[in-house]
Amino acid sequence: MTTFGTQKAGRIELRDIAIHLPGKQRFEAVRNIGTTIAGGEFVSIIGPSGCGKSTLLNAVAGYLKPSSGRLHVDGEAVSGPGSDRGMVFQHHSLLPWRTALDNVAFGLKMSGVGRRERRARAEEFLRLVGLAEFSDRYPAQLSGGMQQRVEIARVLINNPRVVLMDEPFGALDAQTRERMQQLLLEIWGRLQPTVLFVTHDIDEALVLSDRVLVMTHRPGRIREEILVDLRRPRPEDITVSPDFIALKKRCLALVQDEVRQSLVGGLEAARIELPVEA
Amino acid sequence: MSASSIALSAASTTATPPAVPEIPATGLVTKWRAALRLDRVALRVLALILCVALWQAASVHHLDLGVLTFRFVPAPTEVAAAAWALFQSPKLSAHVTNSLIRVFAGFGVAALLGIALGLVIGRSRRLEDALLPPLEVLRPIPGVAWIPLAILMFPSSELSMIFITFMGALFPVLLNTIHGVEAIDRRLVASSRSLGAGRWSVFAEVVLPGALPSIVTGLAIGMGTSWFCLVTAEMIAGQYGIGYYTWESYTLQNYADIVVGMLFIGAFGMASSGLIKLVGRLLMPWHRIQERHT
Ligand SMILES: Nc1ncnc2c1ncn2[C@@H]1O[C@H](COP(=O)(O)OP(=O)(O)OP(=O)(O)O)[C@@H](O)[C@H]1O
Ligand SMILES: [Mg+2]
Repeated sequence: MTTFGTQKAGRIELRDIAIHLPGKQRFEAVRNIGTTIAGGEFVSIIGPSGCGKSTLLNAVAGYLKPSSGRLHVDGEAVSGPGSDRGMVFQHHSLLPWRTALDNVAFGLKMSGVGRRERRARAEEFLRLVGLAEFSDRYPAQLSGGMQQRVEIARVLINNPRVVLMDEPFGALDAQTRERMQQLLLEIWGRLQPTVLFVTHDIDEALVLSDRVLVMTHRPGRIREEILVDLRRPRPEDITVSPDFIALKKRCLALVQDEVRQSLVGGLEAARIELPVEA
Repeated sequence: MSASSIALSAASTTATPPAVPEIPATGLVTKWRAALRLDRVALRVLALILCVALWQAASVHHLDLGVLTFRFVPAPTEVAAAAWALFQSPKLSAHVTNSLIRVFAGFGVAALLGIALGLVIGRSRRLEDALLPPLEVLRPIPGVAWIPLAILMFPSSELSMIFITFMGALFPVLLNTIHGVEAIDRRLVASSRSLGAGRWSVFAEVVLPGALPSIVTGLAIGMGTSWFCLVTAEMIAGQYGIGYYTWESYTLQNYADIVVGMLFIGAFGMASSGLIKLVGRLLMPWHRIQERHT
């Protein structure tokens, strides 16, 4: 991993970003997003549904272009997807025709690493996520939690500076989800990529992150940045500690307020449209 | 993959819990399964025998149902005699090899062109707009209608015949390939690009294998339609070919021979479609697993 001066790699700079999505009318998904995420930092994004969290993540991944603003990673403008920024979706996107091992080795294959070496390294990463015995299985033969672990191994083998995760554990049951969170923290501690993590689950955001960005209803802006100054490693019962509960109350109040406002906004829009129909 | 199996698997994913590792079958279960499979084979054979028996009875008794009459339909025994005569005939191998060459040449070109065109049309909106409309106009035109033009366009009747079997196979292959490419989960392409895949790698690693099940389906159907067009194609033939044999029997009013020709075409068509499905299954071990688990 390269470093920039004394700073770790993976610094994400967002300046005054607006993103419009194509559609019947050009539609403003996020507006006026500005923040800097330090290299190696773990940052979560929460906010009401539809506020543009996935959209923002997709822009950092390079799948779509902001209509205005500056989006830089380590001082370089993002111009498209690349292996320096890995993406994990809510549902796995493993190649169904490749075994777990070959899926993990995929990134190395793309960068021209020889077959034997990439398989050896892929085995290592499968071991890292506890799936050494499942290397010959196809994705369809794995459980949801296993699929996400393979997905994470597949992203990490590229040694990305930034890992983007869009509700990666959203489809898992509570126990698997907790185990995956611990696994992620362990790996993050070891490899130290910057993580940008979207979730609906405030507990999850607080357990994992250094900082939580709360977004407003649409078009999404950053309403508040909450510093999670809880000591690491965080014990399992941290969710019942007073500090944690205080942070959680703050987040909850903000998100609920935004959800309420988005509903009011929706109703107002409906009221405006009603006479037209009548 | 057929539309119904897509619908089925989509419906079952919501109902069933996430796929779990397969439980090894116990000895008893395996035996039970084998017995069941044998049962199914027996049923199929029985059904075939029953059909032939009904046919025999209907034509021996000159069954007349008003709109449908068996009075002039040759009985299976007559057909068997005609088939025996054909098997004895020195012309048989010439009939079969000529037809095989025509079908496989037409099918082969259709497969290459259909897959190549389908891949680019499926990937690019612009090429779809440019190429699909003229192809859609050609699609409904039956092989018979092509005969005069095929004779005019190609220097030999052999090539004209191959052209007709080609037209028969092209559209199933093309349309299934397009459908397969367009049905690929866009997240697969996106995440591959985030893992460092460039244009070509996305094509070779994601688009092609992703469309493969659909391509194989298209090839199996195209193989069938290629045989389907054989009689039409071999109307132009001078001497040999199973289709020509069938057509000639019609003009000579050898009804038993017509049925022999029909059965030959049916059997060869079924066998070659089956061969394609088998090759497809060998090429895509993951596909059956996926279907079983989703
Ligand atoms: N392809 C698209 N074209 C047009 N509008 C879109 C498109 N995708 C999403 N949108 C809209 O953009 C807004 C932001 O969507 P986005 O998926 O980023 O929200 P989100 O915060 O991730 O929501 P969720 O929490 O439900 O996942 C939504 O209001 C959605 O309706
Ligand atoms: Mg989302």
